[in-house]
Amino acid sequence: MTATAEKTDSTSEVGAVPTFTVTLRILRHDPEGLDGREAGAEYWEEFTVEAFATDRVLDALHTIKWEQDGSLAFRRSCAHGVCGSDAMRINAKNRLACKTLLKDLNPSRPITVEPIKGLPVEKDLIVDMEPFFASYREIMPFLMTTGPTPERERLQSPEERARFDDTTKCIMCAACTTACPVFWTDGQYFGPQAIVGAHRFIFDSRDEGEWDRLEVLNDKAGVWKCRTAFNCTEACPRGIEVTKAISEVKKALTSGEV
Amino acid sequence: MTEHEYDVVIVGAGGAGMRAALESSQRARTAVLTKLYPTRSHTGAAQGGMAAALANVEDDNAEWHTFDTIKGGDYLVDQDAAEILCNEAIDAVLDLEKMGLPFNRTTAGKVDQRRFGGHTRNHGEAAVRRACYAADRTGHMILQTLYQQCIKQNVEFYNEFYVLDMILDGDPQTAADGEEISVAGVVAYELSTGQIHTFRAKSVVFATGGAGKVFKTTSNAHTLTGDGMGIALRAGLPLEDMEFFQFHPTGLAGLGILLSEAARGEGGILRNSEGERFMERYAPTIKDLAPRDMVARAMANEVREGRGAGPNKDYVLLDLTHLEPKHIDEKLPDITEFARTYLGVEPYTEPVPVFPTAHYAMGGIPTNVNAEVLRNNTDVVKGLYAAGECACVSVHGANRLGTNSLLDINVFGKRAGIAAAEYALTATAPELPADAPAFVTALVAKLRETVGGEGTERVAQIRKELQETMDMNVQVFRTEESLAEAAALVTQLKERYTSIAIHDRGQRFNTDLLEAVELGFLLELAEVVIAGAAGRKESRGGHYREDFPTRDDENYLHHTMAYARPDGIDLQWKPVVITKYQPMERKY
Ligand SMILES: Cc1cc2nc3c(=O)[nH]c(=O)nc-3n(C[C@H](O)[C@H](O)[C@H](O)COP(=O)(O)OP(=O)(O)OC[C@H]3O[C@@H](n4cnc5c(N)ncnc54)[C@H](O)[C@@H]3O)c2cc1C
Ligand code: SF4
Ligand code: FES
Repeated sequence: MTATAEKTDSTSEVGAVPTFTVTLRILRHDPEGLDGREAGAEYWEEFTVEAFATDRVLDALHTIKWEQDGSLAFRRSCAHGVCGSDAMRINAKNRLACKTLLKDLNPSRPITVEPIKGLPVEKDLIVDMEPFFASYREIMPFLMTTGPTPERERLQSPEERARFDDTTKCIMCAACTTACPVFWTDGQYFGPQAIVGAHRFIFDSRDEGEWDRLEVLNDKAGVWKCRTAFNCTEACPRGIEVTKAISEVKKALTSGEV
Repeated sequence: MTEHEYDVVIVGAGGAGMRAALESSQRARTAVLTKLYPTRSHTGAAQGGMAAALANVEDDNAEWHTFDTIKGGDYLVDQDAAEILCNEAIDAVLDLEKMGLPFNRTTAGKVDQRRFGGHTRNHGEAAVRRACYAADRTGHMILQTLYQQCIKQNVEFYNEFYVLDMILDGDPQTAADGEEISVAGVVAYELSTGQIHTFRAKSVVFATGGAGKVFKTTSNAHTLTGDGMGIALRAGLPLEDMEFFQFHPTGLAGLGILLSEAARGEGGILRNSEGERFMERYAPTIKDLAPRDMVARAMANEVREGRGAGPNKDYVLLDLTHLEPKHIDEKLPDITEFARTYLGVEPYTEPVPVFPTAHYAMGGIPTNVNAEVLRNNTDVVKGLYAAGECACVSVHGANRLGTNSLLDINVFGKRAGIAAAEYALTATAPELPADAPAFVTALVAKLRETVGGEGTERVAQIRKELQETMDMNVQVFRTEESLAEAAALVTQLKERYTSIAIHDRGQRFNTDLLEAVELGFLLELAEVVIAGAAGRKESRGGHYREDFPTRDDENYLHHTMAYARPDGIDLQWKPVVITKYQPMERKY
């Protein structure tokens, strides 16, 4: 809008766009036991909000937080699917709240929203991400090279670059790892994201640390735990073929070649 | 209350903060405090590229880049700083490549480069391919690569720590010129516990990013609330050139989500409702690749004159339909996905509705080229540094060229990290006064007391009204009246802010409380933006006054230094550093 543009009340401006009513059923977690609850209490709570056709689940969560219950806790930042803050279980599937349009979810029925599974819940939709990042650190996610550093860039052909393009897209949202049934039941498993993180370097032609990483992944907490359930690939909001990346790592381990 | 002590504390873990941390942590005991997990920082949203005259695909050199930066900034750029930026650009890109950044490659295997607005060959002859990139995810790759290097170097992070105050050993506003003032540390609020922590440090680097949330339509994250700038202002330090805010031409209409200029660099064309390529009229030589402020005004003007598209004629169209789908998928995969996801538009076959979106703060905490923070036109605060979007060195002047910010955060992030560590190694540990946490303790306590209290105002409502008035009155076109209207409303909103009530009584993850704190920063920063814009009775770069439509070098070829005084914002001037390039008219 500009200084000279006609001033319209924003509600009437968007009023032209059809709105609809939607109910969110949210799994709450109260770590402190406020308002007469026990510390650590879990309970479902329903909220009803008005939404526009372009609204995402994140917009609805904001409406709740900003207009109905300020204590509702969730993480978010970019609001367009690039920072990885707001993975949650929406209608029993892991997704980013900021990338999931309400209208695509059958808003005539309540939409369930829960924290992602398998990481300790801190408050409402916020989980402790530290175990997830710890697994990522385990696989040594940084370029490893030997020999003198060249003066200019290391050369890499477009084909070599394409080899690991898919796994460079990861935003560490944990949607994959926390959709994995093995991760839910086996506290040791690194989970798919760590394998994606390793894949990004193992198949980078400039990297010389592939066998160090493959050794980590060959370990008891590593790739062999994967049962190819494909949940991870379905969950990934960046469209990364997670299961394919895992199978490429498995293949490298069995064939001894990358 | 917990106390910590470090040589260097870095506030912020975006590109600038982590680049500083990589340098600092090699030399001195360093902690990085960040309100977000590092990988959530908004550097990760940057799309198009990072400028450097590598000359990998065509003739180019750092001097041409310097000239473009100065001209693009409408001559408000400090030319010594721009020279450093462009000279050090080449190593900045090569450093990242050596850290493992997966740049797109030429067939010869070198870092590929593409065109971007305002970057030209030989002082404006034609567009030049200078932007190094990784598809339209350049910022994501920078953020990831720097984070990976931080893991490698065992950088110590305090994640989800909100820094809310800095401690100086004197009052910068009452100190005499030349008197020495030093930083002593910062005070932070820990999100997970609600605890307050003090960090005593010899050096402090602010790298807290932008303040786009003063506006409604913005490409910036919810968390970009200008905290670092606000903290500096409250500590009595000036903010420089805050009236210069960049409105990026191509935000998704109605949403503000950015579609990178790379879309035009790769051949995309802006059209009005008549299908006309209107930029031919405004910038005959480089057309759609003119600097952002010009393109944004041209678009707003098309809409104003009735040539907007859509049912309400309130946007223009970004046309990519003549590009090969394969080319789009290779070079612009993410942004075309945004158009599909959020507007349901298929860019292969349909033009995408776009309108200017608040994007980048050219102004910020004033620094010299060593990233040392200035407390007036000449004196620095010892041990205090700033880099990245929260700082103003000033390499962007009145209008930043695309791809120069990812460059800025790397060049000046690195400089800040080195300078902070080197200073810390020679400095003696400052004393942190016993009442250091008093301000933050009181701020938090006061907000907590509002729970269930008399307050009737809601944070979200005040923020909404602030953002709406800023979009309405302080966007690409400004006038004396529009600024006065915004100023009056902000004064009222500040008053109403004193009777807000928050709702979360908890200690843990109380984001309700923090949103209230962040709104406090936004209100104060909006005041500075408006005051600066009202005081600058000329048009230059991103600041356009309809009542003063031309640039006025005689009266306004200087930086604004805005100080918060008890009776309001006090505007002072600071000379622009001019070395080689005399101001000329900016034509493209
Ligand atoms: C959508 C988009 C696309 C862009 N594309 C490009 C591009 O192609 N090329 C280009 O050159 N530029 C681009 N830019 C601009 C550029 O990305 C940013 O200016 C730059 O990344 C800012 O980096 P930064 O490190 O200063 O801040 P950020 O990356 O925003 O990081 C800020 C950090 O500060 C922390 N922080 C903030 N407040 C506090 C506090 N109170 N306490 C503790 N920590 C705090 C945050 O946690 C975060 O870690 C783009 C910007 C946007 C929004
Ligand atoms: S692989 Fe996909 S789902 Fe998993 S963390 Fe990365 S972006 Fe998220
Ligand atoms: S808020 Fe950043 S990914 Fe959703």
